[in-house]
Amino acid sequence: MTLQFNDETFRGDYSYFNTEHAIKRLPFPFDRDEYMYSVNIEAHPGGPKGSPFEFRFDVDEHYVSEMKDRAITLDDDPLRCQSLPHMELAGWDLLEIIMVSKAEDYPDLFTLHRDGNRWHWINRPLGIEQRFTFLDPTTLPCGPMEYITRQTQGDFALLHERDGNLWMDAGMVTSQADWSLDFDIGMNFFEWHAPVPKAKQMGVFDKALKFLLAMQQGQSYRRLNWTMTVNPRLDTSPENYHKWGPEKRTITPENVGRKQHLRIELQSFWRLPRSNAIAFPIRCYLACLEDICTQPKWGRRLHRVLRDIDPTLAEYKGFAVNQDMIVNYLSQFDDGAPTSPGIFPDA
Amino acid sequence: MSKQMMLEVTEVEPLTPLVTRFRFEHPEKAPLPIFSGGAHVVVEMPDGEMLRRNAYSLISDPNDASGYEIAVRREETGRGGSRYMHSEVTPGTRMRISVPTNLFALDPRARKHVLIAGGIGITPFLSHLRQLDLLQQPFELHYAARSRDEAAGLKLLPKSARIHVQISDEGNRMDLGEILTGQPIGTHVYVCGPEGLISAVLDAAARHGWPKGALHSEAFASPPPGKSFTVTLAKSGRTIEVSASQSLLEALEAAKVEIDWSCRGGACGRCETKVAACDGQIEHNDHWLSRDERAEQKKIMPCMSRFTGAALVLDL
Repeated sequence: MTLQFNDETFRGDYSYFNTEHAIKRLPFPFDRDEYMYSVNIEAHPGGPKGSPFEFRFDVDEHYVSEMKDRAITLDDDPLRCQSLPHMELAGWDLLEIIMVSKAEDYPDLFTLHRDGNRWHWINRPLGIEQRFTFLDPTTLPCGPMEYITRQTQGDFALLHERDGNLWMDAGMVTSQADWSLDFDIGMNFFEWHAPVPKAKQMGVFDKALKFLLAMQQGQSYRRLNWTMTVNPRLDTSPENYHKWGPEKRTITPENVGRKQHLRIELQSFWRLPRSNAIAFPIRCYLACLEDICTQPKWGRRLHRVLRDIDPTLAEYKGFAVNQDMIVNYLSQFDDGAPTSPGIFPDA
Repeated sequence: MSKQMMLEVTEVEPLTPLVTRFRFEHPEKAPLPIFSGGAHVVVEMPDGEMLRRNAYSLISDPNDASGYEIAVRREETGRGGSRYMHSEVTPGTRMRISVPTNLFALDPRARKHVLIAGGIGITPFLSHLRQLDLLQQPFELHYAARSRDEAAGLKLLPKSARIHVQISDEGNRMDLGEILTGQPIGTHVYVCGPEGLISAVLDAAARHGWPKGALHSEAFASPPPGKSFTVTLAKSGRTIEVSASQSLLEALEAAKVEIDWSCRGGACGRCETKVAACDGQIEHNDHWLSRDERAEQKKIMPCMSRFTGAALVLDL
């Protein structure tokens, strides 16, 4: 099937929508009827054909509009994209891995010709054609990380490994769940995770860091994370909290199904070969409760998860204020029937 | 365990009477994963009954996907891995090689890189030099060897005013005080070679007030042979003999015990194993466990460490 790109917005009139096809392939983040942290890591890519796990960097119907939204956010606030001087080689690593992957996985959308260090990149959905010299930043309109992440859905953090830790020394962050690259840049793994409740005591971060440091090139991994967002807004940043924070108070029993979105993060982890840095793409999928509940298994399960969740996590994920309304709405889709294991909807 | 590739040896070149260079290529000439300066691979050697795995630094250009090169020093008193490479491996031999892993990367924040190599410890710097050339970052390399027979790097190093060679047989010695004073702020120091050189550099750097974060070292360690000993596995109750020329990790692998590993040189931490009981003395030869952890004798790194005493029980 050739991909059709939606004409939609992630701010203002919020005309964002999911087609039925997009709903069915959502990476629903709950594999059981309850939720607690776990280091839920599995090999990536790999998954059913058509699922967002099939390819290294998933391209979907929201691609073109998401890239427009990123450009707006960057125009308003250029500090959403930062790369400390020593991270340029990691930026080239990221550009290489994305261009090579997309050209192989979506040959009708992207083409990459390589003749030594002379590269020719064609991005058909965005109408971009670029000839440049690999590893020579003067031949691109901006740095390599910025260049490729303006053309790739999801946020990106590039982590430098030193002193037995990982340091967030570069990133492109415009579709984040309430964290700030400008605040976190230069921090280490434990510092930038400090706001996460409970997980430290559970030893989650020690295990996760150990895992990441042992990661070798050619072996990439993924995990799913989630939160809740009112309105289909990509840029839920601390910098713009004054714009989206008050929208939490606009939820009513009548509009909760359309306005309240489950925000799913498909996070992946890649050891970069030239720089030995780690790339951490965080891809965001948004779906309103109505979308989710078109799949009976997901409606039942989401009701149980959000009803029974630890109150600290409801607070941290920012939906405690609307939890009752959300759970009430979802209860109409939960007939008490058992749910099947795994994340995929029932056929 | 790392992802592996079956590669073919295409060149075997004696660099000195003691050190030989090996080149590996894909049998169908497929490109190999590129890597970063300082990376190593693990080479698998089916030596009779025993499967040996030794880690070697890559000495070829990190940006060159056409092949990997390593330099191996023949260790007469080692467990046998280097002797196997020198006597059994010829052009055409196919060997299993892991994907490159880097535990000794350059710190790209450095304003200048000072590289200090002793003997066969020159090997990781050979790929570092290529990366520094690509990044156009300032450096100097100081390379000390006992004799020209040992100084395999001489054939592989470019001519450069920034490369200084000291052969101690010829009466030249490395002056660490001189090297470590007068360097610009923001310089990083990297040392690879025998333990004595590493501790001398780290001690001298501490005396001259260098910040710890600017010092990097990679011990050139392969598991030392020793006396044979016995371990017991707590979960299965099995008893395993570790021979004099085997590491504990190799003995566990030979007995088909599942255990994770990566560097096989006591640096990466992957094979860390809990000790359930220890009546005797663990010979900790790794660089992973802290001084306190060593003293407690509740953990062991089977890739490097050995045991003498009455009983060692592992939590496996």
